[in-house]
Amino acid sequence: MYPMIKIEGVRHAYKTPSGPLPVLDGLELSLEEGGFVAVVGPSGCGKSTLTRLVSGLMKPDEGKVMLHGEIVAGPRSTVGMAFQNPVLLEWRSILKNVMLPLEIVPNKMTKAEKEDRARYLLALVGLEGFEDKRPSELSGGMRQRASLCRALVHKPEVLILDEPFGALDAFTREDLWQTMHKVKENEPFTGVLITHDLREAIFLGDQVIVLSGRPARTQYVLDVPNTGPRDLEHLYTPEAAEMLAILRHQIEIAQGRAPADGEAA
Amino acid sequence: MGEKLQKVLVPTAAMLIFLLLWEAIVWAAGWPNYKMASPSDLLPAYAKHWDLFVKMSWQTLWRTVVGLILAVIVGTGIGMIMGFSRLMRDALYPLLVGFNAIPKATVVPIVALMFVGAHDFNTVLIAFMISFFPIAVSVSIGLSTLEPEYRDILRSLGASQATIFWKIALPKTLPEFFGALKVAVTLAFIGTNLMEIVSPHGRGLGALFDSGKTNSDYPLMFAVLIALAALGIVLYYVVVAMEKTFAGWAER
Repeated sequence: MYPMIKIEGVRHAYKTPSGPLPVLDGLELSLEEGGFVAVVGPSGCGKSTLTRLVSGLMKPDEGKVMLHGEIVAGPRSTVGMAFQNPVLLEWRSILKNVMLPLEIVPNKMTKAEKEDRARYLLALVGLEGFEDKRPSELSGGMRQRASLCRALVHKPEVLILDEPFGALDAFTREDLWQTMHKVKENEPFTGVLITHDLREAIFLGDQVIVLSGRPARTQYVLDVPNTGPRDLEHLYTPEAAEMLAILRHQIEIAQGRAPADGEAA
Repeated sequence: MGEKLQKVLVPTAAMLIFLLLWEAIVWAAGWPNYKMASPSDLLPAYAKHWDLFVKMSWQTLWRTVVGLILAVIVGTGIGMIMGFSRLMRDALYPLLVGFNAIPKATVVPIVALMFVGAHDFNTVLIAFMISFFPIAVSVSIGLSTLEPEYRDILRSLGASQATIFWKIALPKTLPEFFGALKVAVTLAFIGTNLMEIVSPHGRGLGALFDSGKTNSDYPLMFAVLIALAALGIVLYYVVVAMEKTFAGWAER
């Protein structure tokens, strides 16, 4: 049985006028089907490059990116994506926005089935009654919920979230974390979440990966013991405090502000 | 007052006030009508030449509209090429700007010589040449400033470039396109009249203006200008109606 997502020894450099700019060097990741990995790391360390590799928008210079043991050679419709910018199409209703992937991904669903699927997801994230609204009529958090539905509507195997809650206020963000758990319970997918928020990482992830500064390698892997649905209270337990302390320390190492483990503390 | 009624009444009132002021200023300054005709001179001019006005207006209108349609097709095409290809953008921009900077009044005699006798074609050509530039620029800017995430959402699902264009790039560019089209409408009228006046061939409102000039019929000349303004307003609002239909979502 292959892991759902497997990244092995990936190296990648962007071509710039002043020579190659290495962004990834020794990226490793392995995630079982149904798992949820949160990726944290210093700003500009190549986290978004990771999402482009997994979604097949980009190929690495070296190393392997595999889904189900198959090397990712290009975009595949079994992936869903959501970004910090919800990029909803302003000229479509929320319902039609969510249905967009079903117009592109080959499928045998009838029009009614597509609509039912979109309505079901919108209800799941708490957007019932907003189906016919335009994106401009919705708040930032609601737009992000709709964007999440669009990423899921074609039942992707892999859901890639690139800092989807980054631009939201703290309360809305916590609301959406809980929505994410509800979605995870109802929709089978393997998740990759890029985030800057360590609390978000341990609240949503089964596994947290810390990337080093650029060029990024997998510096540290933390397994979150309490998989499955969580309450916000879990963030205030001693276990959570300990995990956060470990991650914060690892980030400091990644930023070069603390000596690496093994050296004198 | 109903909102719809207000939308009609307010501009109508503004126009009436404008005409009254015009009349009052000419009257107060004591200008003879060869210096500045007043609105009260216009009505007799329209009454006297009504048949000509109808015929010439139609000639001006259809040639302007055809030129405009050409400008939309060619302008959108050039805009697409420049919007999608950095290389083509770099290559075409200076050429386009240079072409646009040439006063079209100087192009009229060239075109008139090049296609002697093809009056309708020449007029359409000038209307087109003067009006395609804003359309090309707006489409190219609309396409080249498309946020990469929009593209990624569709590309990651395996969508083709054509699908991305139809589903996202095109509709997203429509507000800019219509903004440019509003500018192009008035420009196209200028183009048509330029041809009609600089290289007269007895067709269109420009020719009527020209005959007013030869006959020292000053009220007729002013009447032509107002007729042109009226045609411009009509066509402009046709574009506004189209914008409402196709890009109404962009209104907040």
